[in-house]
Amino acid sequence: MLVATSHQTIGPYWHLIEDPAWSNLLRFGAEGDRIVLTGTVTDGGGELVTDAAIEIWQTSPAASDGFPAFGRCQTDATGSFRFTTLKPGPVAGLGNAQQAPHVAISIFARGLLTSLTTRLYFQDEPLNESDPVLSLIEDPARRATLIARKVSDDAWHLDIRLQGENETVFMEI
Amino acid sequence: MMTETAPFRPIEAGSQPANDTPLYRSTGLRHPARPPLRIPQTVTETTGPRFRPVQFGPIADLSVVNRKQAVGERIIVRGRVVDEDNRPVPHTMIEIWQANTGGRYDHPGDQHDAPLDPNFHGSGRVFSDADGWYQFVTIKPGAYPWHNHHNAWRPNHIHYSLFGTGFGQRVITQMYFPGDPLLALDPIYHAIPDQAARERLISSFDINITSPDRALGYRFDFVLRGRHATPTEQG
Repeated sequence: MLVATSHQTIGPYWHLIEDPAWSNLLRFGAEGDRIVLTGTVTDGGGELVTDAAIEIWQTSPAASDGFPAFGRCQTDATGSFRFTTLKPGPVAGLGNAQQAPHVAISIFARGLLTSLTTRLYFQDEPLNESDPVLSLIEDPARRATLIARKVSDDAWHLDIRLQGENETVFMEI
Repeated sequence: MMTETAPFRPIEAGSQPANDTPLYRSTGLRHPARPPLRIPQTVTETTGPRFRPVQFGPIADLSVVNRKQAVGERIIVRGRVVDEDNRPVPHTMIEIWQANTGGRYDHPGDQHDAPLDPNFHGSGRVFSDADGWYQFVTIKPGAYPWHNHHNAWRPNHIHYSLFGTGFGQRVITQMYFPGDPLLALDPIYHAIPDQAARERLISSFDINITSPDRALGYRFDFVLRGRHATPTEQG
């Protein structure tokens, strides 16, 4: 059996492959429940992380020619990213379980030798209470690091802290 | 197209770098202090985005911009994308970026005092073929200084980004060149604990990829995480 290739950092110059259009998952014409997802990334010293690549992937609505279900956005000078996408619905879990609506997130940056994986959930979703991943986190304050707060009718915001107080829950898959 | 939904096997111990690597200074305030939460792999983790060349146009020759040849040593890089069971990963997107021959990135953040080359941008995108093979032409990147420690220099390298067939296969890495004396001193390379895993990031010179009167050839293969053996589902 072979062993998977090792990761290395994305480094500070990854913007050479950046296409800002990738942050708009509706650019190929998808229609539906349009939402905006924003976030801010900070490090263990409370400093803004201004050179990260944030990627999102969602399985609801399903990917199609009109909807890539995947996006990439840089964190800017204010440590912030912004995606336009479609609101996910519930997602099948293992067995008969149902997962709350969520978006998977990968974080790449200078100083990260391998990517960080996390999830974004939506405030006020009743299914959050029974979500099989959120349920693995006993401490409500830790669980809250994954739940984006609603900032307007169609926009949610998630603060991501790489290290220290209120450190985001990162996942191994 | 068949969509595979079997979960990925665990990561082989020692084969991946730890984010807490003090010799690479930027990791200090950026690595999570808490261990990651192990979660079950659901459809979110086992499936992933598909990219088609019609929407994500290939750029397979980085050595020419506006029909003008970049400065430096032209090379061909060829290799295969397979999974841990040695199954080819076909039609998968590979993103590439790198410094120019002088060790300078065409990026506003790179202030290294080496010349930019108007005929070299340093980014590309290719797709593996039906058997997992990919190839591109570029200029051999130069070494460059960085400020990690006194007299720190990065070995010659090309950055890669691959997606594979599922979110859990996503990988961003760097390809190095054989015989580079800077590898022995590089904390990013040495962050990978297992020596054999580390050395698999070093490409090999290949006379069969070398093109007569044109360019030297290097071979570099990728292995993406394998899946547990369970039936596939129609996607």
